[in-house]
Amino acid sequence: MSARGEPRGFSPGRVGAMLLRYLYLLRSSWPRALELVYWPAIQMVLWGFTSQFLMTNSSYVARAGGVLLAAVMLWDVMFRGQLGVCVPFLEELWSRNLGHLFVTPLRPYEWMIALLSMSLIRVLIGVGPAMLLAIPLYHYSIFSLGPPLLAFFLLLLAMGWGLGLMVDAMLLRHGLGAESLAWLAVFLLAPASAVYYPVSVLPSWLQDVAFLLPSAHVFEGMRAVMFQHVFRLDHFIAAALLDAVYLTLGGAIFLYAFRGARRRGALLMVGE
Amino acid sequence: MRRVSRPVIEVSALTKRFGATLAVDGIDFAVPAGTTAALLGGNGAGKTTTLSMLLGLLLPTAGRIRIFGEDMLRHRYRVLPRMNFSSPYVDLPHRLTVRQNLTVYGRLYGIAGLGARIEALAQDLQIADFLSTQTGKLSAGQKTRVALAKALLNAPELLLLDEPTASLDPDTGDWVRGYLERYRERSGATILLASHNMAEVERLCSEVMMMREGRIVDRGSPRALIRRYGRETLEQVFLEIARADGRGAELRAAP
Repeated sequence: MSARGEPRGFSPGRVGAMLLRYLYLLRSSWPRALELVYWPAIQMVLWGFTSQFLMTNSSYVARAGGVLLAAVMLWDVMFRGQLGVCVPFLEELWSRNLGHLFVTPLRPYEWMIALLSMSLIRVLIGVGPAMLLAIPLYHYSIFSLGPPLLAFFLLLLAMGWGLGLMVDAMLLRHGLGAESLAWLAVFLLAPASAVYYPVSVLPSWLQDVAFLLPSAHVFEGMRAVMFQHVFRLDHFIAAALLDAVYLTLGGAIFLYAFRGARRRGALLMVGE
Repeated sequence: MRRVSRPVIEVSALTKRFGATLAVDGIDFAVPAGTTAALLGGNGAGKTTTLSMLLGLLLPTAGRIRIFGEDMLRHRYRVLPRMNFSSPYVDLPHRLTVRQNLTVYGRLYGIAGLGARIEALAQDLQIADFLSTQTGKLSAGQKTRVALAKALLNAPELLLLDEPTASLDPDTGDWVRGYLERYRERSGATILLASHNMAEVERLCSEVMMMREGRIVDRGSPRALIRRYGRETLEQVFLEIARADGRGAELRAAP
């Protein structure tokens, strides 16, 4: 019995092994699986009622019913995307498993790809039901956005991934003492992301900041589709380019932090 | 047939510094193929730090590590599939069942016929009855056997063990030692272990490196060390070295 040769490069099999590990974890605890669906669904219900109220009391919402619901669901794509990269990572810290993982031929970038893949699965499990539930509850289907929905989904997911990798790097550097970052980091960007209001309502200095966030471009683009029925290519391109920067930066910082952890001996020790 | 004739592990001038602390201080050693060697020393002597560097989990500050003739710092992915590691201080994930853990690690090593391999190891290590149990619910002895199963999944030619029988009752400890002896004889593998257990080291090892304050202060077979220090057991040798001021121990070292 022996290993299949000496793996020298990227191995989808090892990425699959890590994905399997996270799926086993998800399957082993129904409360955790339920939690994935719970918050997005509750958020959707709350914002659904708020939207119904504002439909008759706000000309802004009345002009495009579902704008708040679409916003909250897409925001959740980014939040869950970021959390989806961080929670499986935290699972390794909680179980102090890095010392086992990295004496195998697993490469850090393979682990990173597994984390991103798991994030996509968690987002689909979490946000998908909320999107479907909104149809019978509020007669609003986010799928009515058409093909731009796919673009918005992928752009926000990619931003969540970039942020998630940066948070993971912080966790590698500072251990579980920085755990709360995984849940809080993305909310720092919420005001400037202009999720529920146009960027134009922000102070001018914050508008400059907002347009450095892919999310602000996505939500502006979403409102353009809903209010003006146009797909704003300028926002799409800006968001895609910024995402490329966020992802590259996130990946680079993650790999740098991993090397730092090897220098400090943190792979064996990281925890509280 | 052995793949290499040179020593499986060759370490030269290996140094690790954590800030102002010199954890490993320019050590040199080699472990020949098919032997069992031990790093022996008190807490903080540098044993686990040395093992971590051999595993690639920790980057040395200076020095060189060659395993199977490969530079571990540059080509560790050529080496890692041929070695494995077990430590009672690094548990396998608790919430996965034993079979799930072994499946994940088997896939990470790209083991062909993984199901059959797990079944064979389960029989061999007497863990078949709790393959479906969550790893966190096992006793210390059961966890040790499961950790050993994980460490043997890829039939490693080099096995690194950090205190393999720590916190085990004497019966289970003896069983593990017996198993390791049989594994080495059967597979021709090389084993390097870090231990505090002198009886274990006397039984298993043909070569011992005594560490103190990050340095190897003496080395030799257990019998040669006992003779050199004029003692009756390796434990007495260990105590003399551990309590010496460093110079004393090194003065006794063989030229």
